[in-house]
Amino acid sequence: MIMVTLKLALKNILGAGLRTWLNVIILSIAFVAIIFTQGFIEGMGNAIVNDMQEMLYGGGQYWHEKYDPQNPLTIDGSHGELAPKMKNMINNDKMVPILIRSGSIYVNGNSQVIQIKGIKPEQNVIELPSEHLNTESEYIPAILGSRMADKVNLKENDQATIRWRDKDGTFDAADIEVVHIMHTSVQAIDNGQIWISISKLRSMMELGDEATLTILPQGIEAPNIVASQWLYKSPDVLLQDIQNMLKTKTAGSMFMYIVLLAMGLLAIFDTQVLAIFRRKKEIGTLIALGMTRRQTILLFTIEGALHGVLGLIVGAVYGIPAFAWIANKGIKLPDMMDQFGFALSARLYPSFGLKLLLMTTLLVLGSVTIVSFLPTRRIARLEPTEALQGRGK
Amino acid sequence: MKYLKIIILIIFTSSAIFAETLTANDILKKVDSNMVIEDAVSISTMTIHSRMGTRNIKSKSWIGDEEESYVEYLSPPREEGKKMLKTGDKLWIYTPEPNERIISISGHLLRQSVMGSALSYEDFMENDVLTEDYKAEIVGSDTVNSRACYVLNLEATSEDVNYHSRKVWIDKERWLPLREQRYAKSGKLLKKTEILDVFQVGERWYPKKVKFKDMLSRGEGTIMTIDSLNLDVEVPDYKFTKAALRR
Repeated sequence: MIMVTLKLALKNILGAGLRTWLNVIILSIAFVAIIFTQGFIEGMGNAIVNDMQEMLYGGGQYWHEKYDPQNPLTIDGSHGELAPKMKNMINNDKMVPILIRSGSIYVNGNSQVIQIKGIKPEQNVIELPSEHLNTESEYIPAILGSRMADKVNLKENDQATIRWRDKDGTFDAADIEVVHIMHTSVQAIDNGQIWISISKLRSMMELGDEATLTILPQGIEAPNIVASQWLYKSPDVLLQDIQNMLKTKTAGSMFMYIVLLAMGLLAIFDTQVLAIFRRKKEIGTLIALGMTRRQTILLFTIEGALHGVLGLIVGAVYGIPAFAWIANKGIKLPDMMDQFGFALSARLYPSFGLKLLLMTTLLVLGSVTIVSFLPTRRIARLEPTEALQGRGK
Repeated sequence: MKYLKIIILIIFTSSAIFAETLTANDILKKVDSNMVIEDAVSISTMTIHSRMGTRNIKSKSWIGDEEESYVEYLSPPREEGKKMLKTGDKLWIYTPEPNERIISISGHLLRQSVMGSALSYEDFMENDVLTEDYKAEIVGSDTVNSRACYVLNLEATSEDVNYHSRKVWIDKERWLPLREQRYAKSGKLLKKTEILDVFQVGERWYPKKVKFKDMLSRGEGTIMTIDSLNLDVEVPDYKFTKAALRR
């Protein structure tokens, strides 16, 4: 019986011709657009999280208890002696210490407040190109991010003066040489800062074996550091703000999904209402021939739901090749995206996962079926004798 | 008569010997006693030369001791009503209506420029006693603006001073640092100051017009002019409280 109903429903909607195909095309566009947008957001989230972990967060960080990256006033006071276990891990390349101090950079008489960050040149924990800090130079070798270099108008091999205060607050100044300009999507290691060797920074500040934070490599379990002044920050905690931002982005794009789906669903609803109004004689005939009201409602509901199935098939015909191509080639992002402050590469690769495809398919089919069913409830109130004459409410 | 001549000769010789044996620290003490003021009210104008043009900012200052000072801006209209309070190493800035608020300036923010001038907040509020923080050495004599000067090298004895060393040209009669160069620990010249004009208040001489120049920055520097200085006042203690900022 189900097969008969299915065949009949398919025959009916294909027989409707252009009206059916218009509905199908609108639904397919909604389906493809939802998957593309969600894939774009997921791809963006994956790229940000990946870049942030590779370049900055690693497998987690230990912060000095007074360190608060959101409050620049805490920077100069937030450094401390490393615990013995941390020193061991650093010696075995299982951790890298970072010392952060505030200062100013002077380029051609223009000054800017900066953070001077010290890192071990030989480290392999994060993908910051710190090995360039071993470059021979009569000045202090320094690495700048491309955004910072553009802002202060410095190129590789250029010199500039930095001024800072030592641990007691006395001014000191020296010249640096830009030995490398790194191009990174992670602005948190670029804007308003320069990188120099941590041993040099420690001697400039007259600080011993101290650091502001340390970074663990990815995939290493955080050791239990028995030192009250060092607080462990897991990758989840460090990425919390980014995850919240992505959730907000997903929630924001829901509005677009609703609009797109509403357009398709409205067309289906309209088609169903019109079909029941115009096909009363047919409904009466079917019931007179022995179909129950429930079977008739099922027939009309399936007819509506088949719009969704056809929409998915048509969407898949042009969507799958398009998604495959985009996922492979990526999307070039405009330069203005950099101004939003996210760690986004120049090219973004959307992520079209199985979960996303299944969820979107269920969403489209489920909502189309519900919308198809709603107008058919009128069939239950039709009297077959009146319906045969094309009457009845 | 013969004895009188001998006495006069002895007096002149001894005063000459005394003048020659004035140590660097003695000179610095004389500068401190002349420059360090307590309980004073002054009105001054800061002339800032920058790429954007020249701006004049007028302010009134109340000075308690070396730890306490209070400044109120009088003009231009954009800055009028803004106030600064320094007590010890703490500094607060008051911004009047419509965005009335008091913010605390500390740490590296104290090194920020005051309204785009060559002076940092620290410089602006400075009233340091040089003999407490520096060991002096006479390195020669020179003439600045036709005034005979001792040239002193100062090296910090305390660890928490802003400048590790200074070179100062001190007027031999008026005990004013007519010219000064302030150096970083590395020996890099960071700041130059020069007294362009002086005035006398009672027994002491005081700078009338001082030029500050940040040697790492571009620009012609900032000129601070003392329009009036009253040393014979008693500044009430409440002036150096946060409550006074909102009055």
